[in-house]
Amino acid sequence: MTSATPRRGWLPVRKPLSSRRETALAVASFALPLLLWAAVSYLPFLWHPFVRITDPGDAAEFTAGTLVNRAAFAELEQRAAAEGRRPPRGERANPVYLPAPHQVAQAFYTAFRTPPRLANEPWLHQSLGRSLRVILYGFLISSAIGIPLGLLCGTFTFFSKLSEPFVEFFRYLPAPAFGALCVAVMGIYDAPKIAIIFIGTFFQQVLIVANTTRRLDLGLIEAAQTLGASRKQLLTKVVVPGVIVDLYTDTRILLGWAWTYLMVAELVGTTTGITYFINQQARYRNYANVYAGIMLIGLIGLGSDILLAWLGRRLFPWQPRAGRLSMGERVRAVLPAGEATAPASA
Amino acid sequence: MNATLELASMATAPETDPAFVPEHRRQPAAVRERFARLYERPVTLEIAGLTKSFEAGGGVVTALQDISFRAHRRELICVIGPSGCGKSTLGRIVAGLDEPSGGRVRVDGEEVDGPCPNRGMVFQGYTLFPWRTVLGNVMFGLEVSGLSDTAAEQQAMPWVEMVGLARFATSYPYQLSGGMKQRVAIARALATNPRLLIMDEPFAALDAQTRAQMQDYLLQIWRQVDVTILFVTHDLDEAVFLADRIVVMGAHPGRVLEIVEVPVPRPREVAHFESPLFVATKKHLEKLIHHERPKDADRLPIVRMTQVGDDVE
Repeated sequence: MTSATPRRGWLPVRKPLSSRRETALAVASFALPLLLWAAVSYLPFLWHPFVRITDPGDAAEFTAGTLVNRAAFAELEQRAAAEGRRPPRGERANPVYLPAPHQVAQAFYTAFRTPPRLANEPWLHQSLGRSLRVILYGFLISSAIGIPLGLLCGTFTFFSKLSEPFVEFFRYLPAPAFGALCVAVMGIYDAPKIAIIFIGTFFQQVLIVANTTRRLDLGLIEAAQTLGASRKQLLTKVVVPGVIVDLYTDTRILLGWAWTYLMVAELVGTTTGITYFINQQARYRNYANVYAGIMLIGLIGLGSDILLAWLGRRLFPWQPRAGRLSMGERVRAVLPAGEATAPASA
Repeated sequence: MNATLELASMATAPETDPAFVPEHRRQPAAVRERFARLYERPVTLEIAGLTKSFEAGGGVVTALQDISFRAHRRELICVIGPSGCGKSTLGRIVAGLDEPSGGRVRVDGEEVDGPCPNRGMVFQGYTLFPWRTVLGNVMFGLEVSGLSDTAAEQQAMPWVEMVGLARFATSYPYQLSGGMKQRVAIARALATNPRLLIMDEPFAALDAQTRAQMQDYLLQIWRQVDVTILFVTHDLDEAVFLADRIVVMGAHPGRVLEIVEVPVPRPREVAHFESPLFVATKKHLEKLIHHERPKDADRLPIVRMTQVGDDVE
């Protein structure tokens, strides 16, 4: 009988694909948007709504390199032909805000090498360093208070009832709304920026950590109680190790949110960091650099996340890994049975 | 003293002859002597007039009503009953995890007031700490009692060996089978030397073969350790195989129907499952629990969906 959902092929329902196919798809997920971008950039007939003048001819209103929209250019050509003047020449081009992939790739390199236009402006790597510092401080301060408080809220109703109603209210207040206030209180340097990242992260963090803690199997806590654990021991020996894996994942997600607040925070007071770089380059109409700046953030985010995920697998060896084997398990799988892994039955 | 009381309360024999003794009460001499010795031992667990009620859906539900019984030192006492009779709640109250609404629970003469390592507990869901190895799990109770890591490890290792998991001392729970996990849980609960071990349907999630093996392991362990066991189960075979006495409970409200002395001699073996005494005891338990259920409760309102004459039985 033919199944309505065959197990083979590319679309098995909620089942993993072969690792080769999964890798291929991961590559395609980046390759497809890149391909689309390349197509729009390099195939003149696809979009290219403008004409870049290469030779102005006798038309005095143009200089070489100007972008004119196509209809205006055609009209100009006709007029020049009718009046017997030398027609302007040009090639189809995209708007200046859509640079081609190779231009952005080039900008990646040159952005780091190009000295700033003004003597008192920072280099790109300095801007980036400042951004990382702000986000790190904001996130560390938030975590240092938010994670312990969340753990307490998830374990004791006392702390939950005492703090969560207010936290719940406060998290609806948009962090950027505190921008002006933060500047007034803390000056125009990095302090208000760190404060905004803190406000944006902290309140979510308390609620998320509290919820994660509440999801810890009550059976584990009860087992520990019957074994004589005190309240403090329950926290340090059961709750913390019990939720640490989920907490780690929560933190990775929250770190992503902190990056969102970074953009706002850096606009507060004096514009600084990577946001300053992006804004400045947009002002100079160096759109290739703008894209490079944005992608830099994406790469840092993705890179740190992959690093943290890898680190997590090393830190928590008691986690059974569903699906793909890690390198360690690959090694263990070839050892004789019973040597490193337990058989399925006693 | 208890034995005579329970004899007097027996009123389920259909025979009218007052001299009639039902088969499950015809204890071999050795068993009778064993019970006599058992009742002379000090009382480890004393439950008196225990009630538990809670509010649900606007009304008050009585989960446990006036539960009273005692267990003597090193007795293995089983609590059985249909689902909803509150047998698990009873176990949890004795462990100190739930609070009773009335009545008293004493262990070695001390009133139960919250969980305490002198009452160990084994749960149906294993509840092993996934971040700790087998040895680490068994060490937990010793660690929280203030022992150093070395001392805790020294005291825990014999328990790991006792349940036959020395080879897996450094394995994590996810690498173990269900039966192995439950053996770790038993070792963990016993490592703190509890007076009473409460087991709440510990083998219910295991397959039949593993369950039989675990019952055998439990009896072996119990023989070697000075501990009284309160074993909650819904499996009649399991109760008859393990118990000295069985507390039979009824549901709505949860109450004690009868306390049955198991006449099957010890040491118990798998062969006993077919002995007449075993079968008679099980039949008696079945009758007790079955009486509880209303007639026709297990008939489903199913319409015939096959052709007439196309019958399977």
